Amino acid sequence: MEKKKLVIVGNGMVGQRFLEQLVARSDEYEITTFCEEPRPAYDRVQLTSFFSGKSAADLNVVPERFFQQHAMTLRLNDSVQSIEATRKVVRSARYREVPYDKLVFATGSYPFVPPVSGRDRRDCFVYRTIEDLEVITATAARAKVGVVIGGGLLGLEAAKALQNLALETHIVEFASRLMAVQLDDCAGRLLRRKIEALGVKIHLQKATKEIIDGAARRHKLIFADGTSLETDLIVFSAGIRPRDELARAAGLVVGERGGIQINSHCQTTNPDIYAVGECALWEGRIFGLVAPGYQMAEVAARHLVGDTNVQFLGADMSTKLKLMGVDVCSIGDAHGATPDALNYVFTDEVAGVYKKLVVSGDRRHMLGAILVGDAADYGTLLQMALNPLPLPEHPEDLILPVRDGSARKGMGVDMLPASALICSCNNVSKGVLCEAVAAGCTSLLALKNETRASTSCGGCGPMVRQILDGELRKRGVEVKNHLCEHFPYSRQELFHLIRVGSLKTFDAVITKHGQGRGCDICKPAVASIFASCWNEMILKPRHAPLQDTNDYYLANLQKNGTYSIVPRVPGGEITPEKLLVLGNVAKKYGLYTKITGAQRIDLFGARVEQLPLIWQELVAAGFESGHAYGKALRTVKSCVGSAWCRFGVQDSVQMAINIENRYRGIRSPHKLKMAVSGCTRECAEAQGKDVGIIATENGWNLYVCGNGGIKPRHADLLAVDLDDKTLIQYIDRFLMFYIRTGDRLQRTSTWLDSLEGGMDYVRQVVCDDALGLADELEADMQKLVDSYECEWKKAINDPQIMKRFRHFVNSDVPDKNVVFVSERGQIRPARADEREPEAEAETV
Amino acid sequence: MSDWIPVCSLEDIVPDTGVCALVGEQQIAIFRLNDGSIYAIGNHDPYSQANVLSRGIVGDLKGELVVASPVYKQHFSLVSGKCLEDPAVSVPVYAVRLDGDSVLVQRAF
Ligand code: SRM
Ligand SMILES: Cc1cc2nc3c(=O)[nH]c(=O)nc-3n(C[C@H](O)[C@H](O)[C@H](O)COP(=O)(O)OP(=O)(O)OC[C@H]3O[C@@H](n4cnc5c(N)ncnc54)[C@H](O)[C@@H]3O)c2cc1C
Ligand code: SF4
Ligand code: FES
Repeated sequence: MEKKKLVIVGNGMVGQRFLEQLVARSDEYEITTFCEEPRPAYDRVQLTSFFSGKSAADLNVVPERFFQQHAMTLRLNDSVQSIEATRKVVRSARYREVPYDKLVFATGSYPFVPPVSGRDRRDCFVYRTIEDLEVITATAARAKVGVVIGGGLLGLEAAKALQNLALETHIVEFASRLMAVQLDDCAGRLLRRKIEALGVKIHLQKATKEIIDGAARRHKLIFADGTSLETDLIVFSAGIRPRDELARAAGLVVGERGGIQINSHCQTTNPDIYAVGECALWEGRIFGLVAPGYQMAEVAARHLVGDTNVQFLGADMSTKLKLMGVDVCSIGDAHGATPDALNYVFTDEVAGVYKKLVVSGDRRHMLGAILVGDAADYGTLLQMALNPLPLPEHPEDLILPVRDGSARKGMGVDMLPASALICSCNNVSKGVLCEAVAAGCTSLLALKNETRASTSCGGCGPMVRQILDGELRKRGVEVKNHLCEHFPYSRQELFHLIRVGSLKTFDAVITKHGQGRGCDICKPAVASIFASCWNEMILKPRHAPLQDTNDYYLANLQKNGTYSIVPRVPGGEITPEKLLVLGNVAKKYGLYTKITGAQRIDLFGARVEQLPLIWQELVAAGFESGHAYGKALRTVKSCVGSAWCRFGVQDSVQMAINIENRYRGIRSPHKLKMAVSGCTRECAEAQGKDVGIIATENGWNLYVCGNGGIKPRHADLLAVDLDDKTLIQYIDRFLMFYIRTGDRLQRTSTWLDSLEGGMDYVRQVVCDDALGLADELEADMQKLVDSYECEWKKAINDPQIMKRFRHFVNSDVPDKNVVFVSERGQIRPARADEREPEAEAETV
Repeated sequence: MSDWIPVCSLEDIVPDTGVCALVGEQQIAIFRLNDGSIYAIGNHDPYSQANVLSRGIVGDLKGELVVASPVYKQHFSLVSGKCLEDPAVSVPVYAVRLDGDSVLVQRAF
């Protein structure tokens, strides 16, 4: 079959990326690329490094033998002259007609030269290509003074180049400050001072009227205000204009101020013609940075092979530069153009540092920032602006200097989700970086080679480093974050992957995100995540093999291989009838009976084959599983409260029962305990629980993250005087947030310790909805609540499951190894010295 | 002399779990992996002294097929019976094979 013909106009950075994206996906096209320049694509972003010794070869970005390997034609030094869209042919300087089926514009832009008279004089240049730089260098050798017209981003780069060439350097700017697009007046002023300190002269608010012969130097610039400036060499850097002339002539729609109009698939108004990079106009915007161009390249390449799922939907225009040794960053809405935006500003004129933080009117999100003189926080602030991360309680902490080396609050790569885009130039997310580290990229170089992160503008470098270091630290010192050898992820990351990927079987998860067969660490963890996400019966055949033995038998394994039984007693309230049932069952099966430390009754010593029989009786009497075996809600302890107690101010028993019934059965990273006290005397010890509720005159005070056990911790007060509805809402959000982000076997107390921002952060998420997740968290919880079913009730009605409750697959005799002796009128497991000798011998 | 004793059908074992078979006086933990293969080791857990290894979670560690004791979580190789945490400890390994759907254990005692 004959291949379809694809013609690409332009082999700049974006055109090249487009080719790479395309040939990686398909070889269905016969490709011809026209390149006006004498060499294939090179790194224009790093153009200025040409002056610090980089050669054209160093800047090359085309892999060796790229065009040969993929049997593509590259026509160097040949520019396309016109396009006949009806006949689908292009005409170039060297070829009369080249037919195409699909055409891609990657023509970039040209430097704008203002229409001042005299601009065509000798030694007037622009700053765009290697050739431009070569001629500037040659001219500088016989010049003393150089002027850059334009004090924007590129103008400053050009000025730096002139200075490197040992010229007396001037910048002439029309606006009232440098980098008018990215900076505000104050930042511009600071930048100006810094650059002047380097010996560059800056002339603001100067409109160049004409260029004429100079007296002492070759040229004389005459400004509108009557002043003038003499120079030998001029570099125009007054902005860029998209190269849309061919498209315009071919009848495609172009923008009022230029740019080839494209849709979100990068198609122009002629569906067979695409445009990518700086020449393209999307929703009235052109993108003068390489990262958005790369995104377009991928979108167009995919669209050309039939993948219509990805779209170009705009791009972040944040920039970080080191201009003449001065760090300058502009992030997002740096000018606070969003309605109601608020500013925080910090200036240190001594050190030459200016920082501005723009936040939303409700102070929940960061909108933008400007940093001059200190760019250390660029990465973090950019992430805060790009991801909906909540601001810390005191947003100013983000830009205020930190004393005594204490870490900044609410910062750090750890809090970023796996989906956070770290390298925008190359579209590399945190998750991809973490995966690469796990796969063996343990040096920055290896990581860059593998993922391409930090290989373009380099702005993401520090962040990539932090992620690498963090990942390495986790693997070395704190291995616990990676679940186990089968999964290079923390529980939180895996939760995200499972939820977002709608994964429902262990096989699917391990095939997609892990390796090997799994183990006793990852299987129960994944089972728990499944339960939290999909709430399917845990003993379904596909989930059963993942369960820890307690979950597998819906009971707690004891030291001699028997099990204990803890039916749910919501709020600790139990009728005499039900007490009698427990007593009768215990008596019938000879079980040891004990009141637990959490207001319920535990029946010990049941053999595995007895469990279904016992539960049949319990379920018939109205009991449900108490989940004492699961990483799930255990009990909601209560005090007797206002119904009986002379001090009680609310019905703590009713609330405890409501809550226990609401959250029963929900699986979480670790067990959950709760309590409700009827007044501040706190008889239910609510402040020692994961969720503690204490009645007040006006409602309920909510405490979270308390713990007894190994390392007791008092719970923190999260919110006060809540009505019933808000109380439940907050608990829903709190629990679901913990379930999503907690580590394996991390109680809420240790989870809190690991959260940057601590309780402030939890409060923002739960009470202030700073992540905008509240509805989702509540809905997820409601789903779990609605899909609750008593596991024991289901189990005893499922013959397949019941079949597994036997000690021997081929015999009904009991395990002879289980031996009890009597103590204080009840049974207990026999110690080794109390056993019959043959019981020991049989197992040797 | 040795003979093969049928103990259960493959169907009786949920893939990736184990069951315990009584063969004479011996308790044998038989595991069926999800690739269809079967393994047999002693059911007695030398650490807890309980007969429970058949109830452990199966998987692999550094490529070695293992079951984790449900009591204190030591890992035993399904192939050699060796305890990965302490090479001095091991549990017996038994010969098993499938005859159609029937699982057979070799009595070698
Ligand atoms: C039965 C009971 C003791 C008793 O006889 O009273 C008990 C028994 C066990 N506790 Fe407990 N804990 C019991 C109340 C408690 C309490 C008190 C409470 O809940 O009010 C605490 C301290 C409060 C807390 O958890 O914050 C408690 C802190 C622990 C801990 C330490 C947790 C920690 O965060 O440090 C463990 C170990 C673990 O879970 O990893 C533990 C683990 C266990 C295990 C599951 C150990 C095990 O793996 O075998 C025991 C299982 C018993 C069984 O087979 O049923 N148990 N355990 C209590 C059952 C309560 C219930 O009705 O569900
Ligand atoms: C000095 C400098 C510094 C920069 N710094 C940064 C930075 O720090 N960060 C950042 O993100 N971006 C920066 N940029 C911008 C970045 O270089 C551009 O966004 C990027 O190069 C755009 O790529 P492109 O492929 O769309 O266009 P180009 O790289 O301009 O490529 C277009 C190519 O098409 C060719 N062409 C045009 N018309 C025709 C025709 N008719 N026939 C054949 N060929 C044709 C052109 O000659 C050119 O080679 C900088 C640019 C410059 C000049
Ligand atoms: S302390 Fe308060 S709530 Fe607890 S029993 Fe006494 S009065 Fe009731
Ligand atoms: S963001 Fe530019 S190289 Fe990563």
